[in-house]
Amino acid sequence: MIAAETFASGESPMHRLDPRIKIISATVFAFTTALASSFPAMFAALGASLILIAVSGLGLRPVLIRLALVNGFILFFWLVLPLTVAGHPYMQIGPLTLTREGILLSAQITIKSNAILISMIALLATSSISTLGHALNRLKVPDKLVLLLLLTFRYIFVLEQEYQRLRRAIRIRGFTPGTNLHSYRTYAYVIGMLFVRAAARADRVHQAMLCRGFRGKFYSLRTFSLGTSDWLWAAAVGIMIISVGALEWSSYL
Amino acid sequence: MEQLPVTIEMADVGFQYPSGRKVIEKIDFKLKAGDKIGLIGPNGSGKSTFLHLIMGLMKPTTGEIRLFGKPVKKEEDFQKSRRKIGLLFQHADDQLFSPTVLEDVAFGPLNLGYPPAEARAMALKTLENLELTGFEERVTYRLSGGEKKLVALATVLVMEPEVLLLDEPTTGLDEETIIRIIDILNQLEIGYVIVSHEYDFLARATRLIYSIHEGRIVFDGDSSKIHSHYHSHPAGTVPHRHAGQLPEQD
Repeated sequence: MIAAETFASGESPMHRLDPRIKIISATVFAFTTALASSFPAMFAALGASLILIAVSGLGLRPVLIRLALVNGFILFFWLVLPLTVAGHPYMQIGPLTLTREGILLSAQITIKSNAILISMIALLATSSISTLGHALNRLKVPDKLVLLLLLTFRYIFVLEQEYQRLRRAIRIRGFTPGTNLHSYRTYAYVIGMLFVRAAARADRVHQAMLCRGFRGKFYSLRTFSLGTSDWLWAAAVGIMIISVGALEWSSYL
Repeated sequence: MEQLPVTIEMADVGFQYPSGRKVIEKIDFKLKAGDKIGLIGPNGSGKSTFLHLIMGLMKPTTGEIRLFGKPVKKEEDFQKSRRKIGLLFQHADDQLFSPTVLEDVAFGPLNLGYPPAEARAMALKTLENLELTGFEERVTYRLSGGEKKLVALATVLVMEPEVLLLDEPTTGLDEETIIRIIDILNQLEIGYVIVSHEYDFLARATRLIYSIHEGRIVFDGDSSKIHSHYHSHPAGTVPHRHAGQLPEQD
């Protein structure tokens, strides 16, 4: 079973913050951080994201596990970039030359992705997908995109169950994966069948929606209202973003 | 007998897939307001197709469908009639697509143009009527099979349909849930058509039973008087009467 929305329940200020403010803050913060290239600005962004995650009151361990997944991927950059980016030699290991530029680039990628990821966990993972969907709807994101998000989230579990059913079905008949054509073909069948079933289910869901008067417009039960604390947090994140921007700007002067 | 208005009328209706496979040969069918009809038939006999034709999810290749006295042909015609006819799908997972129960039940009323506050009130009322109070914030994909079915029924009933269509409503359910569904159905004032291959369920939930076979509908009889036979007692294969029942009428 896919574990989902593990961070969404809680009572911290981050959990209570209006989801519209969270979405806007996270988006602007991510863009600002991604565009920054000076180390003071990047460190400021990392610091800001750490403040946000501290406020969110999420357990250290689950957050670290999630970060480890992304950093495992980033490790590959460290293996490749220092060797491949052209520039001044920094260190010589046997026949390999590590360049200063390559190391700096890897460091930039590491800091930026962690800052963005941490802020996303603090701001977005603290809301349920359905709340975010409705907030996006309020922010005038097109209905189709919001529906796509909500339906994907709803049916990913059904598809996973379907996948598990198929997997059980092949295993009880003695299938053990190996490096041979039979295994590849079996996996291809499972994936193909999953697509076919997903498409058939999509048809049926659409029919069921039509039967209940769906005409492409998505309505929401929820209403959001902005309170004083929402505005204060919006201002606080705004100041963080401006600081990162200012530090980046000052590096050009 | 007083003349009740005919809600669903099908004349010479046939359906075949573009591939040429004929699912519905020729159906003539009438449902009067308040009629509780069961439709029994084996797998692949066209039962689901029959319901989908009424909802306009499939368009007949021959014949005519009239709903509430008016012929329906185009998608717009069906859009209007879908407000008054509720279809309970065979698989509740196809019907429940919202994250929470309340949102799913309120989906129909919102589509009908009710303001959110009213849609919420209608949804809560329907859940209460089905003894599902407390389910509002439950996550739809984490419900049990029986709970999913009952919530799916709520999503249809909340739209206050004039006719209900149920596609194999007992599939995969335990006896307790089936009894709950029978109780709910028996208390409904509106007419409905149930498609199923379980004779015993139909006998308890409907009054008239038709059978569908190779794309044709045949009248089987009044479920309180005769039955001809899909269930599993020793005399099931030979025509017989049960004690206390009226003789079969031709």
